[in-house]
Amino acid sequence: MSLTGSDLRNLVLAALALGICALLPLSGSGYWLGLGVTIAMFTALATSWALFSGPTHYISLATAAFFGVGTYVTGLGIDSLPYWGLIGIAGAIGAVLAALVGLATLRLSGVYFVIFTLGLAELVRQVITWVQNNSGQKGLYVLTDLDEAGIYWWLLGLVTAVFVTGWLIGRSRLGFALRIIGDDETVAAHSGINTARAKVLLFMVPGAVAAMTGAILAPRYVYIEPSLAFAPILSFQVVIMALLGGASRLWGPLVGVIPFTFLLEAVSANFPNQSTLVIGVAFLIIVYFLPNGFVGLLDRALTRTGHRREA
Amino acid sequence: MDILITGILLGGTYALIAIGLNLQYGVARIMNLANGEILVAGGYLAFIAYVSLQLSPLLTIFLVAPLAFALNWLIYRVMLQPLVNRAKTRGQLETDSILATFGLSFIGVGLMLGFFGGDYFSYSFMAVPLQLLGSTYGANRVIAFCMAVLICGALYLWLNRSRAGLSIRAIATAPASARLVGIDVKRLSALAFALGGAVTAVGGALISTYLTLDASTGVVFTLKALIIVIMGGVGDVRGTIVAALLLGIVETAVASLLDPGLTLAAAYILFLGILLFRPQGLFGKTTT
Repeated sequence: MSLTGSDLRNLVLAALALGICALLPLSGSGYWLGLGVTIAMFTALATSWALFSGPTHYISLATAAFFGVGTYVTGLGIDSLPYWGLIGIAGAIGAVLAALVGLATLRLSGVYFVIFTLGLAELVRQVITWVQNNSGQKGLYVLTDLDEAGIYWWLLGLVTAVFVTGWLIGRSRLGFALRIIGDDETVAAHSGINTARAKVLLFMVPGAVAAMTGAILAPRYVYIEPSLAFAPILSFQVVIMALLGGASRLWGPLVGVIPFTFLLEAVSANFPNQSTLVIGVAFLIIVYFLPNGFVGLLDRALTRTGHRREA
Repeated sequence: MDILITGILLGGTYALIAIGLNLQYGVARIMNLANGEILVAGGYLAFIAYVSLQLSPLLTIFLVAPLAFALNWLIYRVMLQPLVNRAKTRGQLETDSILATFGLSFIGVGLMLGFFGGDYFSYSFMAVPLQLLGSTYGANRVIAFCMAVLICGALYLWLNRSRAGLSIRAIATAPASARLVGIDVKRLSALAFALGGAVTAVGGALISTYLTLDASTGVVFTLKALIIVIMGGVGDVRGTIVAALLLGIVETAVASLLDPGLTLAAAYILFLGILLFRPQGLFGKTTT
């Protein structure tokens, strides 16, 4: 593991950007801090999503399920365990759950995986509702002395961890194997890569991250109930943001998260009933006009200017 | 016994919806995730016709079917054909069509929310008890089941006896080779996709006679239809019917013995079983 000069420069720049982001709560504006929490949340979710779906091209819709499980871990354990411990537990549960889903579906074709994850949030929600009905409990209160700034810093820490993990995977044997799988799965299998194992391992990353995000954000909801914690729309928002930015680069999803968060914010403030329509249109725009996201546009622009310079 | 019959009655309509999806996925190779919205739209139409014109849903389906056929044909020609043309691999087409039909599905939900609001809708059609093997069932369920059997039977005969059906089965089996024997794959794919949409919409109109629907329930039906198609095997009408009846029975059993809120869990247990033990489908042969 050796770092080149440009690696070092990027690291310093990233650390600087992180430092600036960490100062946001000091601005004292509740509105911007709230937006910052949303952006940090979607950055963690979309970046970890793209870590898996970028190389494998599998569309995972399980984010809401893992997220909900995470909020429930905090909701159930907040009275007996420290907050940071719960985040860790949520991450472990998310990873195990992802491994189970992956083991059941990723050995087969990608379609099974999509369908399975499509209903996963709804499935977990039904089961939890059923358990709650039988135990006579309706929802959970999460009362902490954590304020919005605290949640923001925790999320920022998670985002940093996601980026570091993504960077390390990119440099590891697993990352190399995944790039080959993404290019041509048959070739990968023939060169001795256990493709199912690599995919399951990688799928554990977004599982753990989404569960941890849910665990961190639970105090913000104060009152947790299944229909809130497992809102399936979250999975779709994450897919759109990641693909809008571009799943082929580590920083790609970030480029999609920021504009789409503002767009959704504006739409829900002005036309509260039209957000499903906006999500639908966003899907179509991605498929028909931005198949590689903003990153793809940028790459194309760069190669074009590069060609011109050569000519 | 009650559970068995109620389950079979429910499964009949499921079979219709799943055959619609199977035509779209098996022949046109489009995993249509907007299928459930077409179903809900069919239900809406039946609801409006019944409430404002007192038109029986059994007549409305003759209006629903051509409308849905035309709409799905347009969707395929305008939106999905370009994806088929540009896709280099099967995997890429799958990803693209999944994303595009998700978009359509959300737009469908958004439009229906805009026009009809988010309320549940239901109407009372033939809600009279009917004696059957010593127990009573809603006449609407029995009629919906009979219609589903009729339509499934007609489709089965058409696919297995007619020239067009033969071509469609050829495309489902080997799309590349079908072109070599002079089958117009593009035209028939569009036809199969449109037909699948029409069948699903009719299923929606039938199901609306005894189930309560709302603008956003579509995705649940999409999911169930997908699970049935995978269980029965892609492009296999017989397997689809068996799988649909199985799902209907298991779901009714879970709903009446455990909790009505756990129906999706029931579908998932079947799905998991298939994935783990028979990923090629109930009647599928292992491919090497």
